[in-house]
Amino acid sequence: MQASTINIENIRRDFPILQRKVHNNKPLVYFDNAATTQKPIQVIDSIHNYYLNYNSNIHRAVHQLAEEATAAYELTRDKVAKFINVNREELIFVRGTTEAINLIAYSWGRQNVQKGDIVVTTEYEHHSNIVPWQLLTKEKEAKLEYIGVDDNGELILDQLDDYLNTGRVKLVTVSHMSNVLGTITNAEEIIRRCHKKGVKVLVDAAQSVPHIKVDVQKLDCDFFAFSAHKMLGPTGVGVLWARKEILENMQPFNAGGDMIREVHKYNTTWNDLPYKFEAGTPNIADVIGFSAALDYLENIGMDKVREHEIELTKYALEKMSVIKGIKLYGTPDMNKRGGVISFNLGDIHPHDLATIIDEDGVAIRSGHHCAQVLMERLDVSATSRASFYIYNTKEEVDVFIRSLNRARELFRI
Amino acid sequence: MSSADIYREIILDYYRNPRNYGKIDNPDISKRDSNPLCGDELEMHINLKDNKVSDVKFTGKGCAISQASASMLTELIMGKDFEYVKKLTKEDILENLGLPDLGPARIKCALLSLKVLKYGIYSYLSEKLNDVTSADKIKEEASGLF
Repeated sequence: MQASTINIENIRRDFPILQRKVHNNKPLVYFDNAATTQKPIQVIDSIHNYYLNYNSNIHRAVHQLAEEATAAYELTRDKVAKFINVNREELIFVRGTTEAINLIAYSWGRQNVQKGDIVVTTEYEHHSNIVPWQLLTKEKEAKLEYIGVDDNGELILDQLDDYLNTGRVKLVTVSHMSNVLGTITNAEEIIRRCHKKGVKVLVDAAQSVPHIKVDVQKLDCDFFAFSAHKMLGPTGVGVLWARKEILENMQPFNAGGDMIREVHKYNTTWNDLPYKFEAGTPNIADVIGFSAALDYLENIGMDKVREHEIELTKYALEKMSVIKGIKLYGTPDMNKRGGVISFNLGDIHPHDLATIIDEDGVAIRSGHHCAQVLMERLDVSATSRASFYIYNTKEEVDVFIRSLNRARELFRI
Repeated sequence: MSSADIYREIILDYYRNPRNYGKIDNPDISKRDSNPLCGDELEMHINLKDNKVSDVKFTGKGCAISQASASMLTELIMGKDFEYVKKLTKEDILENLGLPDLGPARIKCALLSLKVLKYGIYSYLSEKLNDVTSADKIKEEASGLF
């Protein structure tokens, strides 16, 4: 019995890595999808085909290979634009979500955040949405404030109002889905409240875009960032979207080739959007590979992806909740969470737990998940985390549950 | 090594009931370090008398391997000559733990205690004894652990 209407047998056949065995011939159960997902053969073939048949630099040369490469690279931009419903000229390819956020902090932040201003983030951010703002606010003598997380793992939005009422907030930057708790942020409400006060909002969508349908125009944020490798695509490709008028007024982040219109000895004019922000030879092969990942997800349908993950997460939570000594984090309300489950089992440290269940072929994450501020809030040094994607099955959850029980027995809990 | 070999009764016992857990006021040697990859933390305090370890305590947070390793290391060096403590190697620690074949993913957990000890001795030698040659040697050993 499979979880939902998507055909998992067919999907799994597209992922060669899922056929491999680990630790003495155990089938791989890959539950570390919030860190990075596996890649279907279509993505791997697409990158292979580029290097095999039309490898060349884009945008400048006039020969046939360059034309083909440029067309394939720019086709990905069109597909991303359609995928999240924005204009292609507002889409900038970067290395990943981290680089996207750093670009905004460095370029927009330096121009717009002044002494005494406030940048607001949340207690459940990834380090990549905290540290760039620490650097900026320290440099500018501005303040960094946090929206707290309640015991259900949800943001305490009243605190946002307190910050907004100071009249000093320049930016609210928030994860669309917590990489630890799986909580889906009520971003629409945050954006509505911020825009009423003329405050800009950055949405870190690294964990949301791969798993739920997102319409950026409807969301109405000002900055939006995510990574290809968490949604079947290659590593080294990220997407930054920002409103055109904001990008036009921003200084470039990296300077060099491709981002210029004219360069003279002492001054330069910038290329049009989005090229103004894409200096140097980009990651052509992997951007092209990302195209195949987007096709793959479009073919399944994001609603189906979400449906499948809800069913799998519900099933796993139900089975996990009866394990002796388990502590589950995050809200039980599936409408408010994605396919990410953080937990602790008795006094077994997450690293010990991950070592034990790895022997059974189950790959999960353990540690602070680059969210030490949240770990402090939860008053733990670390958690274990299982995270699902389209190719995971209930049978795999059963293997995981059996393995957790083996760990429990080994630690005599 | 299989986890049944790693998580033996003795390791779990030292994890749950760590010996020499705590702090020393104004210790001769004091060092704190963490493993940035996994967040394990360890602080070690040592007093020396007549060139021997007269007291040793540790505090920390982390996995069973890192905490048991630290606790067992304190027992190993208590009362021992300082010269002996300076010469402890990675192999000594793994043997003392009973985990000679720990894989690359977890060996850092087992060796964090030795790293903290060596860096502590380095600070002691360089700052309190002004013995730069010995200090540099032990610093090199510490940074070579992982």
